Amino acid sequence: MTQSKWQSLLVPVLSVIVGLLFGAVIMLLFGYNPVDGYQALLEGALGTPFNIGQTLRAATPLIFTGLGFAVAYTAGFFNIGLAGQALFGWLVSVWVGLAMLDSPKWLVLPLAILAGALAGALWAAIPGILKAYFDTSEVIVTIMLNYVAVYIADYLIRNVLTDRADATPFVGANASLRTEWLTELTNGSTMHAGFFLALLFAVIAYIFINRTTFGFELKAVGLNKDAAEYAGMNVKRNIIIAMVISGALAGLGGVMNGLGEFQNIFLTNGVAPAIGFNGMAVALLGLLNPFGVVLAAILFGGLMTGGNIMPLTAGIPSEIVDIVIAAIIFFVGANYIITFFLNRRKVRSAVDNEDVIQQGGQEG
Amino acid sequence: MIQTLALIVSSTLVYSGPLIFTALGGVFSERSGIVNVGLEGIMVMGAFGSVIFNLFNADTFGAWTPWLGLLIGGLVGILFSLVHAVATVHLRADHIISGTVLNLVAPSLGVFLTRELFAGKGQTDMIAESFGYANIPLLSQIPVIGDIFFKSTSLPAYVGILSAFVVAFIIYRTAFGLRLRSVGEHPQAADTLGINVYLMRYIGVLLSGFFGGVGGAVLAQSISLNFSVSTIAGQGFMAMAAMIFGKWNPVGAMGAALFFGFAQSLAVVGSQIPLISSIPSVYLQIAPYIITIIVLVSFVGRSQGPAANGTTYVKSK
Repeated sequence: MTQSKWQSLLVPVLSVIVGLLFGAVIMLLFGYNPVDGYQALLEGALGTPFNIGQTLRAATPLIFTGLGFAVAYTAGFFNIGLAGQALFGWLVSVWVGLAMLDSPKWLVLPLAILAGALAGALWAAIPGILKAYFDTSEVIVTIMLNYVAVYIADYLIRNVLTDRADATPFVGANASLRTEWLTELTNGSTMHAGFFLALLFAVIAYIFINRTTFGFELKAVGLNKDAAEYAGMNVKRNIIIAMVISGALAGLGGVMNGLGEFQNIFLTNGVAPAIGFNGMAVALLGLLNPFGVVLAAILFGGLMTGGNIMPLTAGIPSEIVDIVIAAIIFFVGANYIITFFLNRRKVRSAVDNEDVIQQGGQEG
Repeated sequence: MIQTLALIVSSTLVYSGPLIFTALGGVFSERSGIVNVGLEGIMVMGAFGSVIFNLFNADTFGAWTPWLGLLIGGLVGILFSLVHAVATVHLRADHIISGTVLNLVAPSLGVFLTRELFAGKGQTDMIAESFGYANIPLLSQIPVIGDIFFKSTSLPAYVGILSAFVVAFIIYRTAFGLRLRSVGEHPQAADTLGINVYLMRYIGVLLSGFFGGVGGAVLAQSISLNFSVSTIAGQGFMAMAAMIFGKWNPVGAMGAALFFGFAQSLAVVGSQIPLISSIPSVYLQIAPYIITIIVLVSFVGRSQGPAANGTTYVKSK
């Protein structure tokens, strides 16, 4: 047991290393110096208090979308719609902030955050209901809803929130997640209090999945729907609720963009927010464990923050970071390649316990 | 009236061409038991390959450039889909995760290479030789029908429609097709009969890479006319939906692709059609996506794909 636990931790660590090596090979192939590249990346991510602040700020929405993916995946639901759900959370939170410019902060901020979570939850409920009652492929439905969300958001920004402008005005200080001490501590970075909210939600998610009856039911449904049904669990309800929670978390991820980083919302130009797919990557790298999600999100936040600086300091296109991220997820997904080599060593040393049990079972 | 109909038909064909090819690719992959969510990413790479080929070789090949571009797009698609094949067949990766990796990496890789080739620019120039509109000889002479269906129309879409019948013949009437289907339905049984499960699955995925790449190349060379990060916007997933709607049957998938192409074209030519022009454009923009969902819910229901679709087959020793 302890060995398999150690082994499962090895998968993400080795995946990150191999992914970075893969990025280095690409850089070499195109005539860049990978040492310069990664040095620029590291400096950009952690070099100064400002950069550290930016890294943690970039990690904040990813923690939320990562947790969202993990909760849905626990119930066997592949939520690729995080981007659309986050976009609606972002839009609605900014909308509430702009509508209540004169109200006190204790009222506006919680209300805007809640409204954003609700928007994400409702948008995610659609594929949840369709999956539960019609067994419709959630992969296609959530992707389609991403595009719908993009067009609706662009329409609302141009025609309802503004008079044909490309971006809304900024929300007031009464709806902002930024705090003076965090900004000062990090030399004027856009880090905001949402980071601590994200950590809090990681703890809540951990307790929810591992220590409540409800989390147990979600896991049961995810592992075997039919067995869960036979054991008397309401599978349909569980799938829908898992999606609603997942969407609420993704919506909160969008709120972090709206009330934390940007303080407004602007036209998407047909591309859903990147925190959606990156959240999925973070969840897979974090092995769907809430604390793993936090660590993976901080790593990705650093990669993205540093990656933005790479073109300026090392002349390397920032897309290389996206390629590294995709490579990392590839190796996490194809972890058989890692376990294969580990198991070969094990088999050579002793007969595997599992084999004995299997053989015994077959003979009896 | 005939003019309006001809406009609807020709724009439907333009937009369904890429979906038809890609959906056929999906049929090959899923019939062999490998779910291919990565069709979207494969289309991106096919679009990229064809546009680059087109930009650099238009002077040499003239009007034939886009057709050769299709082949290049298909070859790039094969290379790219090899990643998915290795991951799902030999490395036992989750099919959806592996496919999603293709989707994640393709736009970044395409833009990265574009920056390398065009001095840091994130999108390519416009291609000189595109598919445009063509008349089909003889058929376009037929009165009325010829005007609607065969004059100034999209040739690649017709090639796609014909391909659907060829693919259907391959899958249902040849030994290769039977082996491919048996591997997707019951790999253990197929293995017992001496069929190389791994090889068949590789062929299935690589064929989906070829057709998906061709689909992306058709789109890039007839609609977007350049390559950028948003050249492919969900068409790969739409093609997947078309394949499911068509119940994993090549001809059915082609029909569904035509329908989705029609829905997509409305957002573009809707303003020129009398009744539809009064609808706000946002409804037309979201229509193809909403229609895809409605179709999946109401027509497909619990329709079953190949029995072993999405599973990893491990050959026992």
